[in-house]
Formats: sequence, C-alpha cells, structure tokens
Amino acid sequence: MEFRAVSAEEITSAVKKLFMDCNYFIGKDILCALEKARDSEKSPVGRDVLSQIIENDRIAAEEEIPLCQDTGMAVLFVEYGDKVCVDGDFDEAVTEGVRQAYRDGCLRKSVVSDPVFDRVNTKDNTPAIIHTKIVKGDKIKITAGGKGFGSENMSAIKMLTPSYGVEGVKKFILDTVFKAGPNPCPPVVVGVGIGGTFERAAQLAKKATFRAIDASNPDPRYSALEDELLGEINKMGFGPAGLGGNTTALGVNIETSPTHIAGMPVAVNICCHAARHASVEI
Amino acid sequence: MTKKITLPITDEAIADLHAGDSVLLTGTIITGRDAAHKRLFELIEKGEPLPVDIKGELIYYVGPAPAKPGYAVGPAGPTSSYRMDKYTPALLDLGLKGMIGKGARNRDVIDAIVRNKCVYLAAIGGAAALIAKSIKKEELLCYEDLGTEAVRRYTVEDFPCIVAIDSEGNNVYETEPVKYREC
Repeated sequence: MEFRAVSAEEITSAVKKLFMDCNYFIGKDILCALEKARDSEKSPVGRDVLSQIIENDRIAAEEEIPLCQDTGMAVLFVEYGDKVCVDGDFDEAVTEGVRQAYRDGCLRKSVVSDPVFDRVNTKDNTPAIIHTKIVKGDKIKITAGGKGFGSENMSAIKMLTPSYGVEGVKKFILDTVFKAGPNPCPPVVVGVGIGGTFERAAQLAKKATFRAIDASNPDPRYSALEDELLGEINKMGFGPAGLGGNTTALGVNIETSPTHIAGMPVAVNICCHAARHASVEI
Repeated sequence: MTKKITLPITDEAIADLHAGDSVLLTGTIITGRDAAHKRLFELIEKGEPLPVDIKGELIYYVGPAPAKPGYAVGPAGPTSSYRMDKYTPALLDLGLKGMIGKGARNRDVIDAIVRNKCVYLAAIGGAAALIAKSIKKEELLCYEDLGTEAVRRYTVEDFPCIVAIDSEGNNVYETEPVKYREC
C-alpha cells in the first residue's frame, strides 16, 4: 500500500497558522451576520454594540491582533486519511503548533494544569483538545478553533429520553440559552449535538459551533429546527451584550448521530460572537 | 448622553450615574479576575492586609492578551463578572468603589453595591481590540505569578462602558431584555 508522507514540521506550521488566523480574522459568515443584525436590530443600544463589535473585528484583522483577549483553549477536529503517514508524533506536532501560535502570535495563555487543586498556568496554552478520526484518503484535514470560556461555561448537556420528542429537545436548548442570558457575549452561536452517547453529543455540539452559520444541516427537518430555534432565541430580548434587543443569536447549528433505543442525549455548546475557527487540508 | 468621568471616581459622580448611561472613564483603574480575587478574599477572611489598596478604586475584570511589540497593552476586553460574585461584597465593604465587567450579578452583589453606594459598569464583551485603544499604560501591581491574571494598574483615556447597576440597584440586565422579550 502506498502512503503519502507528511512531515511533522508541516503539521506544526499549519496548526500555528490556523490558530493565529482564527484569532485575528473573524469568519465572513459571522461578519455578514453581524452587519445584517446591525441593520435589523430594534434597540439603539444594541445597534451601537453591534457597530462596536464590527469595528473591533475590523481593527483586529487590520492590525493582526486577537479580536478577543480570551483566545481560548485550543480545540481541533482532525480527519486523518488512512493513506497518509506523518514522520513523527502527530499529537506532539499539533501541540507544538499550538504552543508556537500562542507564543509568537501574542495569544493569551489560558490553560491551567490541574482543574481543582493546583490551577497553575501551563504558560503555553497546551495541552490542546484534539479529536482525531481516521478517514479514507491521503489527506489530513484540520479544523481548529480557540474556544473562549465565557460562553463555554454556559453550555449544558442533558440525557433526554425518547418520549421527550422534538418538543423536549427544543425546550432544553431554549432553556439553556435563556439561562445563559447576558453572560456568554451575545449575539451567540448555538452549537447543538443530538444523539450518540453522553460524550458524542458533547463533541457534536462543539463540532456544530465550528460549522459556518450560513451552512444549514443537510436534513431539511433539522435545518427547519435550526431556523425555528434561532427565531425563538431572538425573541428572548437579551440582545447584543445582553443590554436588550432582538439579536441574541446569530445562528443555531445542529449536528446529529445515531443513538441508543433508550436515549436522546442533547448537548448545547454556546459560542460567543467571536466564533473563531479555521480549516486546512494538508 | 455620554458622561465623562475623571478617576478616582467621587461619591457625587457615582450618585449621578444611572443604569443605562454611557460613560467614558479617564484616569487609572486596577485589574483583577478569578485567581486574584480568590487570593484577596482569603487575605480578607484571615484579617490580613491586601497587597494592593482597593479603597476608592474601580476594578476591571480582565485577563489581557500579550501586547504586540509597539503596543501599550494587548487586547483587553471584560470577562464574565458573575464568577467574582462570591468575593465582590467583601471588597465593596472594604472601600472598592465599583467594578467593570460583563453580564449579570447576584443579589448579594447588588445589595453590597446599594449598601456601599457603588457602581457596576459593563464593557462590551468580545470588543477587546477596540477597548485596548483606550488603555494607554499598564503597570504590574501584584501577583505576577498569575500571568494574565496578575493585578495591574491601567491608565485609561475615554474608556467606554455602560452603567449596568447603579448605586440605587437599578439593573439594566433586569430592565432592558424584558422590553424586547416576545416569548
């Protein structure tokens, strides 16, 4: 069998670039949604907040500085082709890329080594959260993002059971966003993972926040659910920065997975308006 | 209307601030977030002196990104305030005049704001690059080992924020969203 060789250095430099780029340059989908919201927002304060966010994102891109000081914990989804071979330790090559991006890119180091007792900063923003899936082919696709914790802390998971039905799913998602209120830097992007197991639902919810907000779920039933939920969330009134208005969310993305006959797990991962992610294929 | 405030903030200036007012701050503020608050609170509980004088100060909940060469500070937007709720009443009772952060506060904090005639200001979350333009200088005060969470003094000029909770306890996070709520 033929393998395509990829050097560990190539992985490191690609990861470094992804994290610097996503922290400086907001996605076109988000910027477009912010501009649209600024024009349709009913609250004058809300319009002013949206204008300032747009101006902030322009400054960050122009000066190549982080658009938010919380440059996040590094999260990567890797699709690793079964016909490609990296000459070295793949996870270490990725970790080194994260380390270099946060060091050389003036990104904030926000990771502590032990969650409960020591809480000592690791000073290089590692370790990263790396989700690797083996796929067919001779390419490596990496989607990466810095996940800020103001919004991460507002996320939730619930092990719903089948009799809850779609109404139960909607209620849990809306309750989670309502409970988050002004805290996760609205307007937010709501990532939803439904199905699988406890951890798969959470992983899908994160993956959903990495999808462009102008790309709907391919299943029309879920795509309609995304639209309906976005409409409902924007009736909550929290508005930009939580100071009131009809722009509480920019998008709702749902990802699903087959699940057990007894279950219907639902995870809601909330992401702030600085929804940072970037992809590369090597 | 935008009100210009020169720091240190006076009791009269605080009394004149109403929830929803836009303000521009000029002068100096101190910074501190989760880890620094925990340390300060533990000292207060033990009755020991604090390494920084908080009397009359405004504290900004921020953990900045590093400054790019040629910049006074790195991007420095507010972090979520509710995480400091456990510690804030004790600081206000010791003479802290106000906080700058983002998002809701709990009842204990609101009560302490009213009791001490203080103010809670909101900066725009996620507008870090823009906000940093109004921070002209930074100086380390204590807890250097905390890195981004160290306590610093910022010199600010026309630092933009909104009065979120005023000294009478009026709270924009309670009053404003309901005006736009349709569910």
